[in-house]
Amino acid sequence: MKFSDQFEARFSDMLTHYPTKRSVLVPTLLYAQDEVGYLSPDVIHEIAQRLDLTELEVSNVISYYSMLTTKPRGKFNVQVCTNIACMLRGGEELLDHCKTKLGIGHKGTTPDGTFSLEEVECIGACSWAPAAQVNYDFHENLTVEKMDKVLDEYRKN
Amino acid sequence: MADVNITVDGKKVTAPAGTLLIEACKSAGIEVPSFCYYPNLSLQGACRMCLVKVEKMPKLQTACTTVIGEGMIVSTDTPEIHQARKGMVELLLGNHPLDCPVCDAGGECELQDMTFSYGAAESKYIDAKNHKEEQQWSPVVFFDRPRCILCYRCVRVCGEGMDVWALGVQNRGVSSIIAPNQDDHLDCEECGMCIDICPVGALTSGAYRYKTRPWEMKHVGTTCTHCADGCKTTLGVRRSDTGMEIVRGDNRDKSGINGDFLCIKGRYAFDFAHHEDRLTQPLIRKDGRLTPATWEEAFELIGKRFREICDQVGGHAIGVFGSNRTTNEENYLLQKFARVVLETNNIDHHRTADFPALAAALTGKPEITASMRDVFNAPAILLIGNDPTEQHPLLAWQIRNNVRLHRARLYVINSQPIKLRRQAASFIQIPEGSEGKLAAFLAGEDAAIDAITTEEVSRAAWITLRDKLRGEPNLVVVFGAEIRGADIASVAKLTASIQGAKVVCLGDYANSRGAADMGLYPDLLPGYHRVADTGKFHEEWATVPRAPGLTLPEMVEGAKAGSLKALYVVGANPVEQFTIDPFSFSNSFVVVQDMFLTETAVIADVVLPAANAYEKSGTFTNTCGDLQLVKKAGEVTGTKSDFEMIVRIAGAMGFDVRRLVPFGRGVGTDMGQSRGAQSGEADRHAVWLEANGLEPKMSSFDPMAILDEIQRLVPGYDVSRMNILAGNDQHTTLSSSGPGALHDSKLIMPAQDNLFSSGTLGRYSRTLNSVIENRHKQPAETEVAAD
Repeated sequence: MKFSDQFEARFSDMLTHYPTKRSVLVPTLLYAQDEVGYLSPDVIHEIAQRLDLTELEVSNVISYYSMLTTKPRGKFNVQVCTNIACMLRGGEELLDHCKTKLGIGHKGTTPDGTFSLEEVECIGACSWAPAAQVNYDFHENLTVEKMDKVLDEYRKN
Repeated sequence: MADVNITVDGKKVTAPAGTLLIEACKSAGIEVPSFCYYPNLSLQGACRMCLVKVEKMPKLQTACTTVIGEGMIVSTDTPEIHQARKGMVELLLGNHPLDCPVCDAGGECELQDMTFSYGAAESKYIDAKNHKEEQQWSPVVFFDRPRCILCYRCVRVCGEGMDVWALGVQNRGVSSIIAPNQDDHLDCEECGMCIDICPVGALTSGAYRYKTRPWEMKHVGTTCTHCADGCKTTLGVRRSDTGMEIVRGDNRDKSGINGDFLCIKGRYAFDFAHHEDRLTQPLIRKDGRLTPATWEEAFELIGKRFREICDQVGGHAIGVFGSNRTTNEENYLLQKFARVVLETNNIDHHRTADFPALAAALTGKPEITASMRDVFNAPAILLIGNDPTEQHPLLAWQIRNNVRLHRARLYVINSQPIKLRRQAASFIQIPEGSEGKLAAFLAGEDAAIDAITTEEVSRAAWITLRDKLRGEPNLVVVFGAEIRGADIASVAKLTASIQGAKVVCLGDYANSRGAADMGLYPDLLPGYHRVADTGKFHEEWATVPRAPGLTLPEMVEGAKAGSLKALYVVGANPVEQFTIDPFSFSNSFVVVQDMFLTETAVIADVVLPAANAYEKSGTFTNTCGDLQLVKKAGEVTGTKSDFEMIVRIAGAMGFDVRRLVPFGRGVGTDMGQSRGAQSGEADRHAVWLEANGLEPKMSSFDPMAILDEIQRLVPGYDVSRMNILAGNDQHTTLSSSGPGALHDSKLIMPAQDNLFSSGTLGRYSRTLNSVIENRHKQPAETEVAAD
């Protein structure tokens, strides 16, 4: 399994930050996921070997964190917050709209592989609720119309 | 460590600093319930059952993670605590199927006990339970997910205790589940520790599930019949159509040298007893075919033929081959039979380690043999050769957990990268066959260094290692059968040169050490006394032949040449294990005592169906020299113990069996009243008499009569009879043994068993076979079971 030079540089740097090797597991998984798109069996095998862990231990950790996934996602992962602040300001309607528009449900992926949809817990943007996150970018003070624009913008890319 | 004083429920308790509150309470006889806490495993703090009130602490505390502090005042049972625990049980029962009437754990379930104690029978939950079908993870491990209470004991014992790490926890919160390492099945050592440690019936045993209930069995604590480590296994037996059936093997008792541990063989491989090929009546060869016969016919024929050969040619024309799986009493009796009844020293057995050379190296010197318990407590261990994980699972457990719990330093030197290197402070790989040179070098012979110096390991590295070992007081040196003969003296020299150091010699099979100690050698009497120097044996037995007898290869040659007229094999399969040409014995009269028609039994003239070690009483000596009691658990109608058969054959030869088995001795006493005011006296007398070996031995079939003689005549076996009878291990010694001998190293043939094989016996265990077959199968391509 080959990762990019950037990943390798980050990985070897991270190893120096922690007292034990296994501690770098979570950030390593996240970086690997960003690079590969999801945590494939190959990725799990490779990381387990590097950190002297069993593959079972690695997949236990993956299964614990909802940000980590072992299934391929769309190019853009739309994460709509429905926690209290967003809910009060229309987060759930926003999610329902995305479901209808994209034709997929929670944790679904469009057939063309462009979008994935996820209902997420608080993303820390309560002041600008309702908010959604697409990959690592935030979109705030959303309405159904604004959401449409955001999605169209991504579709063009 | 300094002692700390605390008060628990008004009781003053003193315990060493660093003790966990739950353990301190236990030491004062106060039980604090817990699911996730398990002694010697890492702390989990997950189940919240051990909540106690500690004064000046704001909330209830978990006793399993709280370390005691001076002056702590603790209450373990207040209405508040009761309510908290009841709440926990109620939550656990939220999704529990409550299928106790069919669950294997019913009757010995910790959740059941807690529900009875705290009474959370009524639930506020009205939601439907989340049911999942039972999963089979391996031939011996089944998982019933809804029953699981997520205590993580199984995960920890598999990882920390066994170093297998085959179990994990998938997902989070309410959807957490225990998951095996291979999607839907386990790839592991199949030890079954996870099943034994499960507080509920989530993990169940393939061998036992749905068979019976705990209270319907009688539980017999005996010694395992497989490898040479001598684990105590508790066998659950139940009446069956053909006697007593063993339904379960486990380790509930935990008083043995193995503590919590049992491997797959000790736990599951008792099923050979009910194999369909089990012999249940004597067979006599008539017109070339083995034909069922009566016991009388069989004994009469054997007695007549043996008598004829003794009278016409002499006892030297008969060879006797003993067993590594029969008891000490049977081994002793067999060699006594050969020497006193047949008047020959032609006796041998399957030698798996060079114990006579060990005796030769240790006799007359201060005692330096280690017991199996020492391996768990030693500050440092040197392991040369062998692969204990496969061949000595208990030894491996002791080493692994000594390293984990006591930070022992482990030095591993092996020709293979064995699994225990993972625990080793230092692992060095040496060329195969250079173990002897290694021992010589470590003992101080500098010239031997050339043979072990390689590209990877320099001379300087070896010298550093040797200096390090010399500075390890109380080191335990463990060596495998790679080291034999004169090389053992080097190991002994190394051990003796280090202060407090002790040594273990590894043999295979349950009683190979016992077979050696009891003198199943053509040139050695019990206790490694040479046959030429019969001493006290001559006094007791009157006649002992002084010329060394034949080894097994010599017996085979003798049979081919026509000088060996008869062969008597007890509980062994030499034809298969030594790949002997079965036609070698065509002209000899062959008698075999065994459970099955083995490769050796099929060439016999008379085959006698034998009881196995789970079906008789006596003692076993493990490879370390720890003597333990073997207790009768199972029974199969139509078989006899080897002990009885040997005595019957002697009797059939017209020999006075009183000279063979000293029965009828002991005290002739009024045993007191069995009823009324003095009734208990009889029992108390009986215990004392038995403990002192004075109880009347009523018949010639009483192995205890021979144990008396063993304890009297075999040096190192004069251990506490009371402790043996109580089921405790007693370490025998070699320092006062006879001079031993240096035999031809080629006569030693290690068994090369692994975790799933057990010589000829293993072939008849369905469980072991199913596990072996399962491991050869390709892993199934299915969705992740842990969804």
